[in-house]
Amino acid sequence: MSIEHTTTVQESASLASTHDHHDGHHEHHHEESFISKYVFSQDHKMIAKQFLITGMIWAVIGGLFSVLFRLQLGYPEMSFPILEDLFGKWAAGGRISNEFYYALVTMHGTILVFFVLTAGLSGTFANFLIPLQIGARDMASPMLNMLSYWFFFLASIIMFASMFIQTGPASGGWTIYPPLSALGQASEGSKLGMDYWLVSMAMFIVSSLLGGLNYISTILNMRTKGMTMTRLPLTIWALFFTAVLGVLSFPVLLSGAILLLFDRNLGTSFYLSEIVVKGEILPNEGGSAILFQHLFWFLGHPEVYIILLPALGMVSEILSVNSRKPIFGYLAMVGSLFAIAILAFLVWAHHMFVTGLNPFLGAFFVLLTLLIAVPSAIKVFNWLTTLWRGNLRFTPGMLFAIGFVSLFISGGLTGIFLGNSTLDIHLHDTYFVVAHFHIVMGVASMFGMFAGVYHWYPKMYGRYMNNTLAYIHFWVSLIGAYLIFWPMHYQGLAGMPRRYTDFSNWESFKQFGEMNRFISTVAMIVFVVQLLFIFNFFYSIWKGRKVTTQNPWGANTLEWTTPVRPGHGNWPGEIPEVHRWAYDYGKDGRDFIPQTEKISDSESKH
Amino acid sequence: MAQAPAAEMETKWWSGGKSPFNVEYGKLMMWYFLMSDAFTFGAFLISYGTIRFSQNFWPDPNKVFNAFPLAGHANLPLAFVSLMTFILIVSSVTMVLAVHAGHHNDKKSVIKWMIWTIIGGIAFLACQAWEWTHLITGDHAVMVNGVVEHIGTTVTRNPWGPEVAGAMHDGHHLTTTGPVAFGGYFFGITGFHGFHVLSGVVINIIMLIMTINGVFEKRGHYLMIEKAGLYWHFVDLVWVFVFLCFYLI
Repeated sequence: MSIEHTTTVQESASLASTHDHHDGHHEHHHEESFISKYVFSQDHKMIAKQFLITGMIWAVIGGLFSVLFRLQLGYPEMSFPILEDLFGKWAAGGRISNEFYYALVTMHGTILVFFVLTAGLSGTFANFLIPLQIGARDMASPMLNMLSYWFFFLASIIMFASMFIQTGPASGGWTIYPPLSALGQASEGSKLGMDYWLVSMAMFIVSSLLGGLNYISTILNMRTKGMTMTRLPLTIWALFFTAVLGVLSFPVLLSGAILLLFDRNLGTSFYLSEIVVKGEILPNEGGSAILFQHLFWFLGHPEVYIILLPALGMVSEILSVNSRKPIFGYLAMVGSLFAIAILAFLVWAHHMFVTGLNPFLGAFFVLLTLLIAVPSAIKVFNWLTTLWRGNLRFTPGMLFAIGFVSLFISGGLTGIFLGNSTLDIHLHDTYFVVAHFHIVMGVASMFGMFAGVYHWYPKMYGRYMNNTLAYIHFWVSLIGAYLIFWPMHYQGLAGMPRRYTDFSNWESFKQFGEMNRFISTVAMIVFVVQLLFIFNFFYSIWKGRKVTTQNPWGANTLEWTTPVRPGHGNWPGEIPEVHRWAYDYGKDGRDFIPQTEKISDSESKH
Repeated sequence: MAQAPAAEMETKWWSGGKSPFNVEYGKLMMWYFLMSDAFTFGAFLISYGTIRFSQNFWPDPNKVFNAFPLAGHANLPLAFVSLMTFILIVSSVTMVLAVHAGHHNDKKSVIKWMIWTIIGGIAFLACQAWEWTHLITGDHAVMVNGVVEHIGTTVTRNPWGPEVAGAMHDGHHLTTTGPVAFGGYFFGITGFHGFHVLSGVVINIIMLIMTINGVFEKRGHYLMIEKAGLYWHFVDLVWVFVFLCFYLI
């Protein structure tokens, strides 16, 4: 003990006192009220579940929207009277109106990108896994952590409310490019709905900032004894880089959104210049619509990695645990995450190749974009070599992790096409782009999220999810994802553009009518199977098979050293000390060696 | 716990069980927040630069900002903004003194210097209010479509365009309207900065009340003052860039 004291002497008195505060948490088990336990909870595990369940509600809404607009795309000539019953003037005569269609695609994008795959994915797993896997009682600031959820909740309420105002929600696409989004007279969706959208996103940015600051300081400051940075599980590294990306890129979107709010409501001309709307000449001059695109994509591109990185991390962990093998190339994995995080900030203009960007400048963005293939390929190689000759256990989490690798490869390869500014002249704004980002960012990250939910469900609720339902969920989702998005590549190569409600009277694209119907049908089936997942999730909370052992997957990481149902504070006694990295599987004839086990005399120190 | 010699462990800041930077988490979070906020201001200022240099003409700050309270029509370019900047920088100095007093657990001095810092912040905001009012309400003669109009500086119009050759009004050169972006960015960015100063003043007042109530004395440290100080210095630093971009260049 005396040695420990000499090391803590260096810490300031205040530092010691904050540690005391956290350590003291578990000792007084006072009865918690319903409100403080389930609603305004400061326990990171409960906040994680709040993020997850809110994200799931959003996912159903966002998914349902995609079913609605796929209905229009698949069956443009048919009328569905029930739609008019449900949506009134938005679907007059049982057909989805153009305004409604745009509102649906805009909300689908916004909801899935921000509310499901940012808050729902990294909000859930950063909150749940960071303290458990680094060996901390809770986040650095449980209070700010709670506020992070409630700002997300506020953003959700505002966005949800925007769907019920008379002129409808924002409908200029999730990228809300001005001048369309800046001028209320330009479209119904640019009226009040757009202000709701901007205010909601401002709240969302606050939530993401509070969360991100917490994740970063928790990972840096609160690792348990012996948990060096290179002993961290890859999930934590991924969540760390995700948080850094969020903290540095969301503020730029905030600037862009504030300027847009001013243009809309105060008569400024940041993005507007020389515009005529419906015969009216607007007084605005000197602004630049391209400026907004720069500000938006400076966030927008890191945002796709904010979505993807947590999935990359969780998949690495789950693949290793269920292959019973160490992750192949741990440091290469960390290095490639770092490389992706850096490159994420240097490629935003590849979304703007055809906006009139200087082609000379475009050349640099092509180079930097294609460079992302290098760390991505390193990761794929390492996952495949981790699987190679492993003792694979096909748990639902493992299947989704393998499915993720498949989708990441398929979607990543088309990124090489799109990253090329010359090819982009033909491919931009076609279904090829839709197919690319849905596979690599949308479905792949969804798969990462499912893998995480299935894998950590026993830790979250002390029960397992039903395996049979999980297998049905997996196979239908994987096959469905490919059946939906693979054909879109051909449509895109043929030049079929995004954001049109009806291709049937378009000579070049009516040949795809049958294909569109097929895609829509599969989309509906896949949507129904997601409801099966949701049923499985909630059913298993109360009725699932109980977890009887502390460490059901035989994993090395610290979360499995806590009780089956950990209380606030995670460990009933001392926080365990860490002596090795997280990936000692199949070592020295042993199936696995937990991180808490001391290095034996016959081992060299990792 | 006894597996490593003490000498080895003392230097291993990253080995877990302690903060690698030897700081408490709140300070770390403040630093990262400031980094994030710097990106917000960076985005604003870069946008401003992009638009400004895409224009054929930009107002001369020496002509726009030449007024001083109670000085009538005297031409005092940048005098008032220099005073504002001086006030804000002095308030940073008093903040340093408050933090310093906090390190010595000197409650009385902390209170004294926090009060001065708050006064400095309020004085800066008051100056800004005067400057905005002067710009918005201060009419100037401008030639619009061949007619002389009197307009102030707003986000939609301003009188700071190029001079109309040969035309005079009340013994002054007559100008055309200036670039619309000038008002938008000036009020947008100085307003956003002013909002930060206002938040800083509110934070400082809360810190002052907590100090007076002896909250930090009981805790045995004045870390919160230090964190408020970090924010205050940041707001001050941002002003230096805003000052540079709008008044000097």
